[in-house]
Amino acid sequence: MTTAASSAHAHAEQGHTPFLQHHFREMSQQFDAAKIGMWLFLVTEVLLFGGLFVGYGIMHARHPEAFMAAHHHLDRTLGALNTIVLLTSSFTMVMSVWAAQTDRKKLLILFLALTILCAGVFMVVKYFEYSHKFHEGLLPGKYYSHKGDTVPGQFMFFSFYFMMTGLHGIHVLAGMVAIAWLLVRAIKGHFSSQYYSPVEITGLYWHLVDLIWIYLFPLMYLIS
Amino acid sequence: MSEGVLTAGAGHAARHADYLEEPKGLWSWLTTVDHKRIGLMYMWSVLFFFLVGGIFALLIRLELLTPKQTIMDAETYNRVFTLHGAIMVFLVIIPAIPAALGNFALPLLLGAKDVAFPRLNLASLYIYWTGAAMAVATLALGGVDTGWTFYTPYSTTTGGGVSLMVLAAFVLGFSSIFTGVNFIATIHKLRAPGMGWFEMPLFCWGMYATAIIQILATPVLGITLLLIVMERVLGVGIFDPQLGGDPVLFQHFFWFYSHPAVYIMILPAMAVISEVIPTFSKKTIFGYKAIAFSSVAIALLGFLVWAHHMFVAGMSLFAGVIFSFLTFFIAVPSAIKVFNWIATMWRGSISLEAPMLHAISFLLIFTIGGLTGLFLAALSTDVHLHDTYFVVAHFHYVMAGSNLIALLAGMHYWWPKMYGRMYNRKLAAIASAIIFVGFNLTFLPQFVLGSRGMPRRYYNYLPQFQDLHVVSTVGSWVLAAGLFLTAAYLLASFRQPKGMPANPWGGRTLEWETTSPPTTHNFEGQPVLQHGPYDYRPEPAPVAVKELAH
Repeated sequence: MTTAASSAHAHAEQGHTPFLQHHFREMSQQFDAAKIGMWLFLVTEVLLFGGLFVGYGIMHARHPEAFMAAHHHLDRTLGALNTIVLLTSSFTMVMSVWAAQTDRKKLLILFLALTILCAGVFMVVKYFEYSHKFHEGLLPGKYYSHKGDTVPGQFMFFSFYFMMTGLHGIHVLAGMVAIAWLLVRAIKGHFSSQYYSPVEITGLYWHLVDLIWIYLFPLMYLIS
Repeated sequence: MSEGVLTAGAGHAARHADYLEEPKGLWSWLTTVDHKRIGLMYMWSVLFFFLVGGIFALLIRLELLTPKQTIMDAETYNRVFTLHGAIMVFLVIIPAIPAALGNFALPLLLGAKDVAFPRLNLASLYIYWTGAAMAVATLALGGVDTGWTFYTPYSTTTGGGVSLMVLAAFVLGFSSIFTGVNFIATIHKLRAPGMGWFEMPLFCWGMYATAIIQILATPVLGITLLLIVMERVLGVGIFDPQLGGDPVLFQHFFWFYSHPAVYIMILPAMAVISEVIPTFSKKTIFGYKAIAFSSVAIALLGFLVWAHHMFVAGMSLFAGVIFSFLTFFIAVPSAIKVFNWIATMWRGSISLEAPMLHAISFLLIFTIGGLTGLFLAALSTDVHLHDTYFVVAHFHYVMAGSNLIALLAGMHYWWPKMYGRMYNRKLAAIASAIIFVGFNLTFLPQFVLGSRGMPRRYYNYLPQFQDLHVVSTVGSWVLAAGLFLTAAYLLASFRQPKGMPANPWGGRTLEWETTSPPTTHNFEGQPVLQHGPYDYRPEPAPVAVKELAH
């Protein structure tokens, strides 16, 4: 005598949207599960980058002069510009979530588009930075061919520079795809104050991508 | 009301199509989001690779029957033991219980319709298949001979399929992470109404602890493996001493994942045992909270012991002492579990069905494996035993023996729930005895070999070691015979008619409340929990009255 059929009234009570999946009892449960899932995913992201940050820290401690000398090849102005661009995109992402929560469809579309735009600007700046490095032979590992170095071992810095900013760049691109998907769904009118969890959890992801850059910027561009 | 009683009584008359029958067709299986079907596909995939890895194991043992060459040359031998290790660790033991049995049983035990993210679950299976295909494809590139640990600088400087194998392990990590994310979200949000954290079956606590490790450790392995690829492709220098890097750093990174990973292997095994023992002792589990919290304690402490793999790799004595102490400390929660299981069996009414026989094998084998771990945790003895057969025997007892015997216990326990059919129980009991004898015959002599100085991974050995090697090789044949017998009667069970009652073992957890096999949505409506998972009090009479009667 242990089970009871009680799902019928649970479904009847909820004024649920067509987006409630069959295995959840109500929207709030589905929303909470999605949020837990995204936070756990972000933990794995932190640990993924964490390995590179630890490696960077140890190698920096062993070769301080090489890292110091190598970082002068980076352009602080472009790095700062990208930092501002990404921070702005975090702001527009927050506004997107707010617009979805308050049923402002047009503003939602606008802010999502602005977020993609900022991410695009970031990638364009990164493209110019990368091509400048390629041109000068400032490449990772055995491909490093920069002429006229006075301090040896600078290839190690560029190994980490390209691995870390590269992995971060892949995350920015993935974020752009996810936000573009949100934009399509926003135009179709899927999101409302009843159902906005995709916007919210993509926002969580996007803030982490920004946060990682906030750490990468001083680590790479501002060594002293 | 209890559907279980209804179904068992009413027979097949009012039966809905079960999840195996409906919908039909291969395509419906390949695109399913049903956790039970995904669990079964994981289970058969794992069993297939267990067969492959097992054949490699038999080849290794056959080669070691005599010193010098028996059936293969030294180069081949190196590739065979590497593939044996890599396949068994990444394709078999890590996904065995969580992805196969966990996927099948966890939502049922929680009274849920599915896991929280069913599509992510299916993605995890496809990622597993992709990683498996990549691992097998390394054979075409001449194989890998680094050992499953991929130690640098050897792994970054040799040819062959190292990059592909390492990427395969990287890809497989994602399937593990997806399972972990899914399980934590499911346990948090999809418990049946009335099921608080401490009304959950202990299997769920074990899966929760496993998922914590999968989420926290796997990404670190992922980036470490990517660094090996980067080292090979770009020569980044981080692990290469000639370029100012540090190969010992690789070992730290690697074991920061791979030691917690051995708890990804053992915690799910403990989770299965915590279900089987109360069901077949017909007694409430002893020390519920102690078992639940010791799982979480193992998951967290497991992150603080990785350097005990590296006592002789160049580490300060101070760090060695700390890691040695922490390693001793983690034996405490493991021992708590063993004592609680034995106390559960104490004065229970034990029925020696196959799952219970495997559970008792587990207790013995895990205890031997756990206690010999303490020899290796002690700094002074580890210097002698490091990289000998003692280590090989120890980790086969905890990783192979404990995990796979618990997998067998779980498969025998839930088989009637999975397929609605029963295997030949007498043969199952005989097979469990053969497996137990075969396993010990294979690996007990290796403790002696190791303590006498037989190094691991060696192709050749001194003549005085041959007697024990012969015993070990014969043991591997006995073990294989037991496993093939198991495969035979499990497959033969498909010729039995479907018709198991909902609750063939008299269990008290929720999966026994629904039909065997369950329908696609698991339960008719939402089950509401009305008694604890191990509540074996006779139902009509309160406990107090019953005790007076004695």
